[in-house]
Amino acid sequence: MASFVFFYFAGVIVLTATLVVALRNPIYSALSLLVMFFHVAGLYVTLHAEFLAAVQIIVYAGAILVLYLFVVMLLNVKREERFHGQASVAMFLGVTLLTEAILLVFLSEGPMFPAAVANTSELVTGNTKSIGQVLFSTYLFPFEVASLILLVAMVGAVILSKKGILDPKS
Amino acid sequence: MTPSLVDLGAILPELLIVGAACLLLVLDPITPSSKKDLLAWMSLGALALCFMVTIGDLNHRVLAFSDLVIIDPYAAFWKLLLYVISGMTILFSMTYLKEERIELAEYYGFILLSLAGMMIMVSGADLLTIYLGIELMSISLYIMAGFKRFEAKSIESSAKYFILGSFSSGILLYGISLLYGISGSTKLTDIAQAVTSRGFDDPMVLFATMFLIVGFGFKVSAVPFHMWTPDVYQGAPTSVTAFMAVASKAASFAAFLRVLLEGFGGVKPSWQGLILVLCIATIALGNIVAIVQTNVKRMLAYSSIAHAGYALIGIVVAGSVANGDPIASGGVSSLMLYLAIYSFMTLGAFAIVGILRRGGLEGEELDDFTGLSKRHKGAAFLMMIFMVALAGIPPTAGFMGKFYLFMAAVNAGMAWLAIIALIFAAISAFYYLRVVMVMYMREPSAAQENETRLAFTPTTSVVLACAIAGVIILGVFPGPLVSVTTSAVMSFP
Repeated sequence: MASFVFFYFAGVIVLTATLVVALRNPIYSALSLLVMFFHVAGLYVTLHAEFLAAVQIIVYAGAILVLYLFVVMLLNVKREERFHGQASVAMFLGVTLLTEAILLVFLSEGPMFPAAVANTSELVTGNTKSIGQVLFSTYLFPFEVASLILLVAMVGAVILSKKGILDPKS
Repeated sequence: MTPSLVDLGAILPELLIVGAACLLLVLDPITPSSKKDLLAWMSLGALALCFMVTIGDLNHRVLAFSDLVIIDPYAAFWKLLLYVISGMTILFSMTYLKEERIELAEYYGFILLSLAGMMIMVSGADLLTIYLGIELMSISLYIMAGFKRFEAKSIESSAKYFILGSFSSGILLYGISLLYGISGSTKLTDIAQAVTSRGFDDPMVLFATMFLIVGFGFKVSAVPFHMWTPDVYQGAPTSVTAFMAVASKAASFAAFLRVLLEGFGGVKPSWQGLILVLCIATIALGNIVAIVQTNVKRMLAYSSIAHAGYALIGIVVAGSVANGDPIASGGVSSLMLYLAIYSFMTLGAFAIVGILRRGGLEGEELDDFTGLSKRHKGAAFLMMIFMVALAGIPPTAGFMGKFYLFMAAVNAGMAWLAIIALIFAAISAFYYLRVVMVMYMREPSAAQENETRLAFTPTTSVVLACAIAGVIILGVFPGPLVSVTTSAVMSFP
């Protein structure tokens, strides 16, 4: 059952990822990218990483992809022909990376990051809950600093883009 | 571990600064534009308060927030220096912003938030915390560089800084993630264990170190990661340039040194050579390219690159022997001393550039300084002292700073490095003294005489007085500062 679920998600990911580069209409490409993101999230769920799955959908599908779509729609590119003469380069890179991945899977001995793998076994409660607990206890300080960074970015965006302020003539 | 009130007490200065910054952002819209100075005085008050709190940290060592934050004399020294730099920048900005008609009190809020980021950097005992501090500092600076929104150069500077800065942050973060992979933690102490046991033969450690050095090298503008510096420094408002050249450099050096010595203290021979290459390249390129600059701001940008190179000697020395060795401590303390002295010299020079006005603009070209001694004796004299100090000529502080650094190199058995640095210091005298020559020995044309003026106000006089006092007193009588840096290093591995 587990392997059936995996192959379903993996198959759809490969298919939609291919469609992203193969389709000629950028909107269709973006939409197949969306389907791919959802299936990657599905893979995360099968790995018991529910939090990561939620973040994957909220951040990638919810924010980044919408940004892509905005750009595509604003620039009104119906068909993008410029980047379709790259088949040979794509083939070369693809084959190289595929060979590398296969070699890594079959030739490597043990996990590459043993320390990080060891840490995941400590999770007992659901991982969203434990991430929340760690974030608001051990990592409270960095968490609050991150909130300050967002504040700075927000105020900065207003200052750099608002009309009618900072103009020496007004 | 749940944070307690004790933890909050440890980061009281950070809380004060952030609180003051938020208050400024809220008060700005309801303050009439004639009273914006009050907000600047308020931020100075917050700095003074923090100064008094932090002085108390100069002799104890506390870990807070589950060991992510460290309050030790080393961090306290840098924080005190950063308060002084920020205070001088704010005082200078009060005049400069009026001249440039940037009447936004958010500016002071950003200075304080950027300062908060630097404080987090210098007292971070954990790479994640240090990284977030760097981001808080940098993002505030990206925005401040673009504060002259109506000027193409300022926007260019902001955009360039933002793109290259985020790129370097990405590289830094990549290094941190590799370190997390090998140690399962982002704390410097855990990373030190993992790095020491794995050694440099592990490609993971090798790449992580390289990425960290590239990331920090960008922040301190070491060659070959300096490309952004001249354009960004030239385009940004001069008060911001001064703040970037001094405060962000000091904070980045502080964090860089802590990461290298605490996290990678066990594999010093492996990275010392890398820093040595950066150091020599930075000294050489910074000084040679500065010679051909005709814009004083740009020249000072290259000079700041060259000075970063001198400061790197401190890291090279600290990397040549094991932690705790007096030679290593000598390297660290001479670096701290050098950056403190560098701050006064550079702030002073930028302040003169900022208040010298040609029409409604800044007099930042070398031509604008022609015959300055005839028109503004005082300003020309001060500029001469700052230039002489930057060149490292006695009896100014610039000489003392270089003296301690070169002595540290000689003590570590690297006299040849001191000699190379000395040769380039002699070359640097050429472009620093050229400014003096232009001011004193050339006759100004009628146009130059009529168009330029000095925007002297009480606040700029205070800034210049502080800078000149720093340059002279530390040059003649460096003892107290040397003992502060030496005792601050004691807490350090």
